[in-house]
Amino acid sequence: MAVTLPIYMDNHATTPVDPRVLEAMLPYFTGKFGNAASRNHSFGWSAEEAVENARQQVASLINATSKEIIFTSGATESDNLMIKGIAEMFREKGNHIITQAIEHKAVLDTCKNLEKHGFEVTYLPVQRDGRVSLEDLKAAIKPTTILITIMYANNEIGVINPIAEIGKIAKERGIFLAVDGVQAVGKIPVDVQKDNIDVLAISAHKIYGPKGVGALYVRRRNPRVQLSAIIDGGGHERGMRSGTLNVPGIVGLGKACEIAQKGMPEESVKMLGLRERLRKGLEAKLDEVFINGSMEHRLPNNLNMSFAYVEGESLLMGINDIAVSSGSACTSATLEPSYVLKALGVGEDLAHTSIRFGLGRFNTQEEVDYVIDKMVQVVTKLRELSPLYEMAKEGIDISKMKWQTA
Amino acid sequence: MAYSEKVVDHYNNPRNVGSLPKEDPNVGTGLVGAPECGDVMKLQMKINPETQVIEEAKFKTFGCGSAIASSSLATEWVKGKTVEEALSIKNTDIVRELSLPPVKIHCSVLAEDAIKAAIGDWKKKHGAEVPATEKASH
Repeated sequence: MAVTLPIYMDNHATTPVDPRVLEAMLPYFTGKFGNAASRNHSFGWSAEEAVENARQQVASLINATSKEIIFTSGATESDNLMIKGIAEMFREKGNHIITQAIEHKAVLDTCKNLEKHGFEVTYLPVQRDGRVSLEDLKAAIKPTTILITIMYANNEIGVINPIAEIGKIAKERGIFLAVDGVQAVGKIPVDVQKDNIDVLAISAHKIYGPKGVGALYVRRRNPRVQLSAIIDGGGHERGMRSGTLNVPGIVGLGKACEIAQKGMPEESVKMLGLRERLRKGLEAKLDEVFINGSMEHRLPNNLNMSFAYVEGESLLMGINDIAVSSGSACTSATLEPSYVLKALGVGEDLAHTSIRFGLGRFNTQEEVDYVIDKMVQVVTKLRELSPLYEMAKEGIDISKMKWQTA
Repeated sequence: MAYSEKVVDHYNNPRNVGSLPKEDPNVGTGLVGAPECGDVMKLQMKINPETQVIEEAKFKTFGCGSAIASSSLATEWVKGKTVEEALSIKNTDIVRELSLPPVKIHCSVLAEDAIKAAIGDWKKKHGAEVPATEKASH
């Protein structure tokens, strides 16, 4: 089968809408355009029915009940709501929050904001493999701790945290556990009961749904979690999130969850197969490549690899018919390499050479093979151009050299 | 980020890639930047001690496309020039020629530093007084 260029392999950033999802959404833009809050005519009723159906589809994917799902504009809002909502509601109980260094910015910046409002936040370091240490977590808990917020799986390195163990620790101590589930939900089994998750943020566009819609699971029993709203208005979504519901988007999210749930056993095997083909292909044909983060506890669709002596942005420039992303500073406006890789203890020199591959539902084996060949070709070319590679081959230890830093 | 045509051209067809024997008394080597910063440039020139003309120039660069293009362009520009002429190349000339955006100006600074460092190394080999490497202006 021929490969169509460009190839999209950046599925941690976003995913295309699955045609089945789009089909489910379309009637809700035109014929069934009603406001789900309109209680007195059929337009409203059919919109409400569609929303409730979607609520059930989302709940089912994570083993929750539909009454525990509220809809939002996306995971950034869900992350903000779960953290600020709990912090505000329970601030009389305590003001201490525990999170970790490699959370998504939607969590880190929310926590930083709360610090300005009298909250104390502990940012746990991560281990070399990218996971949170349970011992570190236990040691950080104080009498004033009200919330632990740890992501299920990381967006750069795909590393999965021991959420069930963290949930157990939180539950035993009566602390809420709020989880950013954006990269994990729909890719690996996430069970809010087994994992003792109290609040869980979900995004539609990472699981082949539309952009601009997300959900938040809010536990109703054992314990009942209450959130202070961050948006005031008509009291939609049980008062936790006012604003007219994005019915087509919600229908899309629901359908995306249904497809993910049904297809997960098969799809995760396919993802793992493609990912391993990619990893083995690159490792067989290139020397001095390093995987960032745990291979054991990792999403099946993620590969994050450093290609020593080759700067990430120049690599992306050479593979411009393949969409991936890099942890190199040059790809960001800040000129700082990835804070995630830094937190893992990856040296800045290697952080600059990292590439994140995010495989998805629509990638094929032929595409993986094309990516391997192209990567090998460009890395080889750039290494011939790299003074660092030349020095390494001459046996010079680059880390011991004195560099003129600007 | 969109690259200018000239950057893409230098990236796809880098000029004068390679190394010269660094022990050769007529070869000056400049190695600037740092791996942690994501840019390292090695620029080498073979300079005729009689005429002070740069007869050959080679580079190798670890860095983004703009860094590769800046150093590739630098080798093109210094070839055939005298040492004094080469020292007059300013990073702003490189910025202009390659249409570098503000976030990539440091690449041109590094290329100017590399030219100065290579010439400095050559002068040192010839026992000349080496003025402290001037920092290129940002």
